[in-house]
Amino acid sequence: MEEMNSLIQGFGVVLTPYNIMLMFVGIFLGVLVGVLPGLGGANGIAILLPITFTMNPSSAIIMLSCIYWGSLFGGAITSILFNIPGCSWSVATTFDGYPMAKKGQAGEALTTSFTASFIGAFFAILLITFLAPLIARFALRFGPPEFFAIMLLTFASFMSMGKEAPTKVLMAMMLGFALACVGIDVVTGQLRMTFGSMELLRGFAFLIAVIGLFGIGEILVSMEEGLRFRGVAAKIDPRVVVKTWRMLLGHWGNFLRSSIIGSALGIAPAGATPASFMSYGIAKKFSKEGDKFGTGAIDGLIAPETANNAAGTAALLPMLTLGIPGSPTAAVLLGGLLIWGLQPGPLLFVEQKEFVWGLIASMYLGNIAGLIVVMTTVPLFAAILRVPFSIIAPIIITACSIGAFTVASSMGDVWYMLVFGILGYLLKKLKYPVAPLVLAMVLGNAAENAFRQSMLMSQGSLGMFWSNGLVGTIATVALLLLFWPLFTWLYGMTKQRKFA
Amino acid sequence: MDSEPSSRDADEADEAVVSTRTMEIAVSAGFFLVGALVMWDSVRLGFSWSEIGPEAGYFPFYISLIMMVAAMSNLLMSAFGRKNKLSGARPFVTRKQLKPVLAVLFPLIFYIFGIQYLGLYVSTALFIAIFMRINGQYGLKKIAPVAITVPVAVYLMFEKWFLVPLPKGPIEALLGL
Repeated sequence: MEEMNSLIQGFGVVLTPYNIMLMFVGIFLGVLVGVLPGLGGANGIAILLPITFTMNPSSAIIMLSCIYWGSLFGGAITSILFNIPGCSWSVATTFDGYPMAKKGQAGEALTTSFTASFIGAFFAILLITFLAPLIARFALRFGPPEFFAIMLLTFASFMSMGKEAPTKVLMAMMLGFALACVGIDVVTGQLRMTFGSMELLRGFAFLIAVIGLFGIGEILVSMEEGLRFRGVAAKIDPRVVVKTWRMLLGHWGNFLRSSIIGSALGIAPAGATPASFMSYGIAKKFSKEGDKFGTGAIDGLIAPETANNAAGTAALLPMLTLGIPGSPTAAVLLGGLLIWGLQPGPLLFVEQKEFVWGLIASMYLGNIAGLIVVMTTVPLFAAILRVPFSIIAPIIITACSIGAFTVASSMGDVWYMLVFGILGYLLKKLKYPVAPLVLAMVLGNAAENAFRQSMLMSQGSLGMFWSNGLVGTIATVALLLLFWPLFTWLYGMTKQRKFA
Repeated sequence: MDSEPSSRDADEADEAVVSTRTMEIAVSAGFFLVGALVMWDSVRLGFSWSEIGPEAGYFPFYISLIMMVAAMSNLLMSAFGRKNKLSGARPFVTRKQLKPVLAVLFPLIFYIFGIQYLGLYVSTALFIAIFMRINGQYGLKKIAPVAITVPVAVYLMFEKWFLVPLPKGPIEALLGL
């Protein structure tokens, strides 16, 4: 019950009027960035990160993580009322959410989805509370080879879990690693890939890449599609809420199953999107009204929403315990921790106990605050979405530019943002994944250091990654995942041959 | 984008600026060149083993190698792959689609120049005004409140509340801010 005591102490850290105010501000901003096109959890936190530099780390992470919770909640609003998924893991929410809203059940649909989001996240937080200390304690024994193998596993999972072409996943990922190399090499002190430029000496801040790729790139794509919001009006009536909640009690099995699927897949990066689709697919098989899926079935809304929020929250588990983020947004939070001088990883649980448990406690409170905020402010956010895009877009672009500038008070970064924005537009249109690029930028140096140290330990033999059972297993699974697309391709070829 | 085939079909009559295949090849070639650049610098740094362990170019060398191989196979697949024959012929962007994209991109480039020379606040007001005019055809009555409120709000939030200084230019100097 050591966890319970630590958690109670954590609540003590969080429960100050200032922190609770930050929590609500964070949730509100989070829903806003979740609802607006061109913004989103990762980008929203990247833009707002610099303004938290003056806060103490606990308050700052409370506000930033609440922006994340808010954005997870907010994604459902656009999916249900406007049939526009804010991000890829909200796509499955539109399948039954929008038909429900069109049938005049917008209140029920929103209540269901917010409740599902809350339960999914809550399940994942429970998991973090009890599993994180165990994983951290276990990972204390990890050396560089184990860390490198886990990072390899993280990146390999993009190859087998993503929908994109494996060559494109590799290209995006390697670009991220290459960008991470730019600047001074910490081991030898040599300048790498700077080509004599002073500006490149600093290297590329991944926050700039996030703002450019997710912010500017997204807006360029949205403009091209000629974004016009035609939404369903919505208001949440307290009577509808009570009625919906009573009805939802009967669907506990679906909630539980979807939470488990979400949490399990969410630990791996790129997990949220497959989790929401998988959860939807399985619910369709199990549900009594499976044949009504796609026309506004409540189970079809519960499943993806529970799963994607569970996944989004579970993404913080590897971030906190191993220093390996499970999603781009978790990567941005990790970047924040590094800026405040906190090194995420197993030692965080030993050296910064107060901070870690404060953060975990704030997850509980933040999600309750999130539920309250979204339930009461839906009409407001729906009204914001009706403001024409030609007014919203320049304001979002302004926010992105200010965010890019404030990362290091550098104009050069604003230009990089533009370049990453154009790159984001091209990559998005050609169906390249952006998440591995961002994650590689964040983890590039850590991965390289772990690799170099492992090589030093073994005097240059790759056998180091199979030197004991643990690292060998992780490395083997990683390689299997990495070459999975190749196996399936070869299998497809032989099958084709047989039939031809 | 597969979820919106209808909008794509409607644009078929619209003239394509460039085909998806051409862009696929161009972007793959771009990745290949970046990979080559990284490899060139890694070779300069040394990519083998020294007395202090792997040299500085060791890791980036293999990164660039994987990148170049992946980019080349992607290039060949988009150029000659049977599977990409249909999708490659689709327009990457049509004239009708490119116009609004450029209507964001050009003002944005001027905006960043503006931040550098006029300061952030003045250029933000100008950027919002120009953007709303070009993309929404709004009149002065609707433009003025937005274009003035946003920079003022940003000023109060950053300079006063969060104490984060943003770039200022000659006009702020005149006002003594």
